[in-house]
Amino acid sequence: MLSIRNLHARVGDKPILKGIDLEVNAGEVHAIMGPNGSGKSTLSSVLAGREDYEVTDGEVIYMGQNLLDLEPEERAWAGVFMSFQYPVEIPGVKNIYLLKAAVNAIREHRGLTELKAAEFLKLVREKLKVMQMDEAFLHRNVNEGFSGGEKKRNEILQMQLLEPTLALLDETDSGLDVDALRVVGEGINRMRSPERSVLLVTHYQRLLDIVKPDFVHVLTQGEIKLSGDYRLAERLEREGYEGIEAA
Amino acid sequence: MSQQEIDRLVDQDYKYGFVTDIESDTLPPGLNEDVIREISTRKGEPVWLLEWRLEAYKKWLEMAPPEWAHVDYPPIDFQSISYFSAPKKQGDGPKSLDEVDPALIETYNKLGIPLEEQKMLAGVAVDAVFDSVSVVTTFKEKLHEAGVVFCPLSEAVHSHPELVKKFLGSVVPQNDNYYAALNSAVFSDGSFVYIPKGVRCPMELSTYFRINQQNTGQFERTLIVAEEGSYVSYLEGCTAPQRDENQLHAAVVELVAETDAEIKYSTVQNWFAGDDDGKGGIYNFVTKRGECRGDRAKISWTQLETGSAITWKYPSCVLKGADSLGEFYSVAVTGKKQQADTGTKMIHIGPRTRSTIISKGISTARGQNAYRGLVKVLPGAVDARNFTQCDSLLIGDQCGAHTFPYVEAEEPSAQLEHEATTSKVSDDQLFYLRTRGMSEEDALNMVVNGFCKEVFQKLPMEFAVEAEALLGITLEGAVG
Ligand SMILES: Nc1ncnc2c1ncn2[C@@H]1O[C@H](COP(=O)(O)OP(=O)(O)OP(=O)(O)O)[C@@H](O)[C@H]1O
Ligand SMILES: [Mg+2]
Repeated sequence: MLSIRNLHARVGDKPILKGIDLEVNAGEVHAIMGPNGSGKSTLSSVLAGREDYEVTDGEVIYMGQNLLDLEPEERAWAGVFMSFQYPVEIPGVKNIYLLKAAVNAIREHRGLTELKAAEFLKLVREKLKVMQMDEAFLHRNVNEGFSGGEKKRNEILQMQLLEPTLALLDETDSGLDVDALRVVGEGINRMRSPERSVLLVTHYQRLLDIVKPDFVHVLTQGEIKLSGDYRLAERLEREGYEGIEAA
Repeated sequence: MSQQEIDRLVDQDYKYGFVTDIESDTLPPGLNEDVIREISTRKGEPVWLLEWRLEAYKKWLEMAPPEWAHVDYPPIDFQSISYFSAPKKQGDGPKSLDEVDPALIETYNKLGIPLEEQKMLAGVAVDAVFDSVSVVTTFKEKLHEAGVVFCPLSEAVHSHPELVKKFLGSVVPQNDNYYAALNSAVFSDGSFVYIPKGVRCPMELSTYFRINQQNTGQFERTLIVAEEGSYVSYLEGCTAPQRDENQLHAAVVELVAETDAEIKYSTVQNWFAGDDDGKGGIYNFVTKRGECRGDRAKISWTQLETGSAITWKYPSCVLKGADSLGEFYSVAVTGKKQQADTGTKMIHIGPRTRSTIISKGISTARGQNAYRGLVKVLPGAVDARNFTQCDSLLIGDQCGAHTFPYVEAEEPSAQLEHEATTSKVSDDQLFYLRTRGMSEEDALNMVVNGFCKEVFQKLPMEFAVEAEALLGITLEGAVG
C-alpha cells in the first residue's frame, strides 16, 4: 500500500529526513518511535503534503500513485488521513460544519452522494458515542478552547468519519488520561481492517498495549535505525533509546 | 481644495454655457446654481426644496474635501461630472439575458440569484405578466395596510411633504461634511421610509427593494423614520456586482428612531472595484447617521463592503434618548489596489446609553484597510457603555490593516472597552483543512467566514447566505 524509498526532506537548509525506507502493507499497523526532534512529525507531514518541507530525494508510492505529486486535499481524497500532534484552531467555524464539509468533500471524490444534514447528524452521533464525546463539541469552534485530550479525541472522531485507507496518527496518545487513552486506543482498533493501514507515532508503550502494532520502528536523527516487532517497544520502555543505540 | 480653487469655481462662468436641452436626459458636466435649479425643475420639486439645495450648495463652496482619511486618490474635478441623469427608460436595456455579459451571469449564478431576479438586476426589459410584478403589488398592498410609507424620496416630496420637510437634513445637516454638502445640493434620488407609531413593518424591506431596484444615481439620499415603538429592517444594495460609469458616489443616509423604536439597516455592497491596479473603480464617499431620539431607541448598522476602489464611510449613531442603543457590525474586504477607510462614530448623549462596535477588516493582495472609530461620551451620559472590537485578517504579505480608535470620554462614569486583534490566515490552518479534503480555496473561505461570523449572523438570513458566497467570490485567487 505504501512504499517509502530513500526519502530525504529538509526545512530551509536543514536536512531532517535522511533516507527513510519503509514498506507498509494493507492491514498493517506500524509504530514509529524515537527521541524528540528525530523527525517523526516531519515524516507524517511530508506524507500528508505539508509544503514547508522540501523533498530532496527519494519517492513515496501509495496505492500505485506517486504520493508526492498530489496536493494535500488530493491525498485526503485518495484516503490519506493525518491526525495532528497539535490540532489547529479555526475560530468562528463550528466543529460540525468542518466535519460535514470534510465528509462530503471526500464522499464527492469517491463518487458517493452528499450526506444530507439529518443523515450526517445520525452518523456523527454514532461516532461521538464511540469516542465518548459530548454532543456539545459539535457546536464549539474547531479545537478552540478544547483541552489537549479533547483535541486528540476530536482528531480520532474525524478519522472515524472520514474512514481513511492510510491513517497517520502523530502522538495521538500524548496528553490523554488513562480512560481517554483507552477510548482513543479502542477507537483506533475499531478502524483496523485488512484494507486499512496505520502509521502510529508514539512515545509510549501504553498505547501499543491497546493498539498492538505489527511492526515497531525507531527513528533517530532522520533515519530508521532499528525495526522489529512488538517486543522492540517493550525493550525501549525498559532500556530507553540510549541503551538501544549503545547496543 | 485650496481657497484659490474655490474662488475660481465661484467666479468662473460655466465654460460651455448653459443650454437647456429638453430632449436630453443628461445635463452637461459642471456644477453651479443654474445646474441645481435645473435639477430641481426637472424633478418638479417644490420651491422649499430648491432653496434647501441652494443653501447646501453655498455651504459646499466654502468647504474643503477631507484629507485625513487613510486613502490616496487624485483630486476629483467636480466640474467634469454631470449632476443629473434621468432614470433609464424600459427598453433601453438588453432584450434578454443572452445579451448580458456572460461574466455577470456567471457571478449571479454563483451567488444563487434566481433567474427572474437576474433579469431585473441586469436591466432586461421584462413582460407585464412577469411574476414579480404581482409580487411587488402584493408587497405594496401589505405595506399600505400597515400604514408604512415606502417610496422614492422624489415621490415622498410630493406625497408627504410635511414629513420630508421635518426630517430631511435633521440628522445629517447640510454642512456636516464636504460630501454630505455636495449630496444635499445635487442628490438624485433614494428611498423614503416612514413607519408609524407602534407598527412593526410586516416584511424585510430588502425583499421588496431587490426586485424593485431603481437607478438611484450617484448621489443617493435615503431617509428612514421610525416612530415610537415601531420596527423596521432595511437592506441596501445587493450582492450582485454593480458597475457604474459614474466614478464618484456620494450618498447620504439618515435614520430617525423615536422612543422604543428599532431600525436595523443592513448593507451589502459590491461596487466594481476597478481592475488589478484599481483603474475604473468607484469612489464611494458615504455619510450614514442614525439618531436615537427617544428613550430605549435602537439603531443597528450591519455591513459587508467588498467593492469600490475607494471607500470612505462611517455609519454613526447619535444616542440621545436615555437607555438607547447603537450597534455597528462590519466586514470590509479590500483586495487588488482597493483602499477602505471605514468605521463608525458612537456619540453618547443620554444616560445609560450603550453601544457595540464589531469591525472585521480583511485585506488581500495590495488592499489597504483602515478602521477609524470614534466613541464620544458627552457630560451627562451617565453610565454610558461601549464595547469595541476590531479584528483584522491579513491574507498574504503585501496588504495592510490599520486601526485608529479614538475615544473622547467627558463623563467619568462611562465604561469603555476596546479589544483589537490582527491575525494572518495561517498556513497551519489551511493545511489542516486541506488534509480534511478541502481545496485551498474552500479552506480559505472557511477560515475567513469563521472570522466574519459574528457580523454575518446579524444579516437577514437570505443575505447571510449570499454574503458568504460573495466573500468566496471576492477571495478567489487570494491564495496559491
Ligand atoms: N518548520 C520547521 N522549521 C525549522 N525546523 C523544523 C521545522 N519543522 C521541524 N523542524 C525541526 O526538525 C526536527 C524534527 O522535528 P519533528 O517535529 O519531525 O520531530 P519529532 O520527531 O516529531 O519530535 P517530537 O517527538 O518532539 O514530536 C526538529 O529538530 C525540529 O526542530
Ligand atoms: Mg512530533
